[in-house]
Amino acid sequence: MASNKDSFGRTLFIVVGLCFICSIFVSAAAVLLRPTQEQNKLLDKQKYILEAAGLIDTSKGNVGKEQVLNTYNKYVEAKVVNLATGDWVQGIDANTFDTKSEARNPKTSFVPKNDVASVKRVANDQVVYLVRDDAGKLKTVILPIHGYGLWSTMYAFLAVSPDLNTVQSLIYYDFTGSGETPGLGGEVQNPKWIAKWTGKKLFDDQGNLAIKVTKNPAIASSQYGVDALSGATLTSNGVQHSLSFWLGNEGFARFIEKARNGGLS
Amino acid sequence: MANAKELKQVLTGPIISNNPIALQILGVCSALAVTSKLETALVMSIALTAVTAFSNLFISMIRNHIPSSVRIIVQMTIIASLVIVVDQILQAYAYEVSKQLSVFVGLIITNCIVMGRAEAYAMKTPPMMSFMDGIGNGLGYGAILMAVGFVRELFGNGSLFGIEILKKVSEGGWYQPNGLLLLPPSAFFLIGALIWIIRTIKPEQVEAKG
Repeated sequence: MASNKDSFGRTLFIVVGLCFICSIFVSAAAVLLRPTQEQNKLLDKQKYILEAAGLIDTSKGNVGKEQVLNTYNKYVEAKVVNLATGDWVQGIDANTFDTKSEARNPKTSFVPKNDVASVKRVANDQVVYLVRDDAGKLKTVILPIHGYGLWSTMYAFLAVSPDLNTVQSLIYYDFTGSGETPGLGGEVQNPKWIAKWTGKKLFDDQGNLAIKVTKNPAIASSQYGVDALSGATLTSNGVQHSLSFWLGNEGFARFIEKARNGGLS
Repeated sequence: MANAKELKQVLTGPIISNNPIALQILGVCSALAVTSKLETALVMSIALTAVTAFSNLFISMIRNHIPSSVRIIVQMTIIASLVIVVDQILQAYAYEVSKQLSVFVGLIITNCIVMGRAEAYAMKTPPMMSFMDGIGNGLGYGAILMAVGFVRELFGNGSLFGIEILKKVSEGGWYQPNGLLLLPPSAFFLIGALIWIIRTIKPEQVEAKG
């Protein structure tokens, strides 16, 4: 029996059989639980959108699932916009639109010529979020941005006022890969640093991109400057590059231009 | 089949007298990482208990068929599958906690307690007792995690399970939190202190000099 157990054929049979059974278990768990997981991810994203819009404050304890869903459905409208034209794209459900998978598909994405934020490929269409108040008046426009930091691609929501110039908030919510260093680059999620963005202007009077993440205190205290994170130069540069790219010609520039001329109403 | 006394020994033995962390010094890495809050410590303990118990059960069930030349790989395959399943369940039903635990759930695979019990116990014991042994060792790991998590969260953040106990100075209270306790090295001191206490009470655990 013992020698039989260790024979070549038997060993192969056990190993293959075991792998087969284990893979059934693992794939069953992954497939069966996927809908719940997707829901969690969506809810998590909606939570950050609401936080960027200033509708909830997660730093003061957890916010319930119901509250997130209700607030989101009541105030937030997701819309798909075409980057090249700046026009709304009709006929796509923005809530199920997956920008990340669009960006992987060569037919629905492009490679930026001036890729300062190392985004590699960008989907032709992007989802923006319009937040209204109780009276239905537009209060905030939320633009999703991302770019490479020090270790990872950092995803954020940039919340701006309807003039598309005044920053309301910049919420970093997702790092792919290893994430930024906790305590240094990870401080992009620190409420104190986020608060520095409120009220800053993205563009100067001539309409040129003016926002600057900088170590220079004179610029940082102006309305176009934000104090860089100390000890996290490369992450701070990453934030600057993300803004430069997404507010530039290959980003949301057309959309911003049209929106300013009344395209949002 | 095992009698009640043996069963009790298998279940409760690993909590104090044969604790996997305090006596065998296994699984310390994750104990440092996830104990800054009681909530994550509790979820991690449950996850590890589940993985140890079921890996022991399944390995014991097929122990007479596992070819000895590939037994470690067979054990790893079972453990890794279980860990992935646990990770998926956490992502589905405890998303916030699973985000905080991040990579440490996946690293249960490399936790020496799971592997150690599989190799040392489940390979030569019937399934039910192996299952109980897994639960017992999970409890022993959990006991240390909860003890360390209790001290770290209470004195590092003034709260237990996120509920405020000691009002912090930054929120207008009187308690000045000890920031060191929120950093992983503090768990070293706490686990060291626990080992010291246990070995003072039970001197037979002290390694022979020599």
